[in-house]
Amino acid sequence: MEGLSPQLRDLLKRFDQGQKLALARAISIVENERDGFQALLHAVLARGLRSERLGITGPPGAGKSSLVAELANHYRAQGDEVGVVAVDPSSPYSGGALLGDRIRMNDLATDPGIFIRSMATRGSLGGLATTTKEVIDLMDGFGFPRVMVETVGVGQTELEVTSATDTVVVVLVPESGDGVQAMKAGLMEIADVFVVNKADRPGADRLLKELRMAIHLRAGEAMKDIPAHHGVDMGAAVREGAPGKKPRRWEKPEGWQIPVLATEAHSGKGVTELADAVEAHRAHLLASGELEVRRRKRAEIRVRDVVSRELRRVAWRAVAGEELARGLDRITEGAATPYSLAQRFVEGILGGGGPKRGTP
Amino acid sequence: MTDERKIRVLVAKPGLDGHDRGAKVIASSFRDAGFEVIYTGLHQTPEMIVNAAIQEDVDVVAMSILSGAHMTLFPRVKDLLREAGADHILLTGGGIIPEDDAKALEEQGIGKLFGPGTPTSAAVAYIKEWFETQGERV
Ligand SMILES: Nc1nc2c(ncn2[C@@H]2O[C@H](COP(=O)(O)OP(=O)(O)OP(=O)(O)O)[C@@H](O)[C@H]2O)c(=O)[nH]1
Ligand SMILES: [Mg+2]
Repeated sequence: MEGLSPQLRDLLKRFDQGQKLALARAISIVENERDGFQALLHAVLARGLRSERLGITGPPGAGKSSLVAELANHYRAQGDEVGVVAVDPSSPYSGGALLGDRIRMNDLATDPGIFIRSMATRGSLGGLATTTKEVIDLMDGFGFPRVMVETVGVGQTELEVTSATDTVVVVLVPESGDGVQAMKAGLMEIADVFVVNKADRPGADRLLKELRMAIHLRAGEAMKDIPAHHGVDMGAAVREGAPGKKPRRWEKPEGWQIPVLATEAHSGKGVTELADAVEAHRAHLLASGELEVRRRKRAEIRVRDVVSRELRRVAWRAVAGEELARGLDRITEGAATPYSLAQRFVEGILGGGGPKRGTP
Repeated sequence: MTDERKIRVLVAKPGLDGHDRGAKVIASSFRDAGFEVIYTGLHQTPEMIVNAAIQEDVDVVAMSILSGAHMTLFPRVKDLLREAGADHILLTGGGIIPEDDAKALEEQGIGKLFGPGTPTSAAVAYIKEWFETQGERV
């Protein structure tokens, strides 16, 4: 691993002292992939990571930020400091972004135990998900016992980002459609906890019922009353929320039964139950050994990501603009194809000396 | 991979005025200019603004003030930024600010202030120009 520059060493020292400015700067350095950012991440990760990580995802306007704020309040009341990463899309036209998640988190704005960072997706060459995960790691390494990440939608990127968390909460609202759509969209696969937010609105009960039904259908009737595995009662939190009534749950392969909860984020209703469900999921991850499995998987994904990113970086540095332009001329003339040109570049890169001169 | 540096701007709406149409217009034209804009909504105190500016590691704080409190709010935010070790951040803004006041504030180290009716493109150009003169920070 390359060493840290004197400036980055100084930054790391301030980071270790708990200076927020240093964390903020470190995030920018990673986000912009400045020189030495990998060495910086190495230094931070080398001491180990220990935050409890929560991913919150769902359609635009579902109330994700409001829920994050309520959960943060909940954790602060318990004495835990909280880091929040809020990701919003960049405009594909201007490359700019309007990051508005802090609007819902104003109550937390001057709490020194909360650190909120807004990120734009930036549409870089497949780098967003990795960068976001690296920012989560920085918050973790800074020492927040809890880190939450908010992402919009359930695209590939969100899927990847949520893979960097221990527990994924998928937030839906009565307007999001029915439970079958949720199944089709693959939400069952990524959700550890389902939330129907805006439960004060008409249609919430219907969506709750449909989601529970969908989960139930997937599990099959026979699995309904399977006892808690590994000595942990995973459904306890949920049952407390609805005394006497046993919610139907679908069992994920690793033995977790996805709870479906109702919340009203703007008033805070249902947030304690949500926090309890997250806690129960974590207990399940720990007891089942699944946390270790996820962490190992996470490390593997990171190694693959970083290798790909490095190779891409080296490759595109080697493919000089002029060389590319000349090759494109030949393609337009019909003297080459994208494949022959690409092949020549790849050979040149693997040969070490950059692309060879001459005709593709 | 991202060789072009993104300009990050906090658009802040301090004070008690009841609407933020102007601030929203500015925020979206900054976005259209390619800036990453952090918008935090109405009723921001100077402490909230500075806290957000630090966490978001912005290059610029742009405040929109229509209430007439600019002579206290701009210096207050400037002081807090200084105290927090974030004096590298450009503090600029706009609103109903008489020319003499703007001049007095500029003498206190506050950036250019834009009066009503100034096209947002002027603020965009000003920020871009200022940013060009800034080196890489660590
Ligand atoms: N009626 C009702 N409104 C809510 C509830 N929760 C949030 N809202 C409102 O829904 C709107 C969107 O809330 P946000 O928390 O910003 O939603 P979000 O999912 O973070 O939105 P994006 O980040 O823009 O995708 C706000 O106006 C909230 O006040 C709720 O439980 N009931
Ligand atoms: Mg949001």
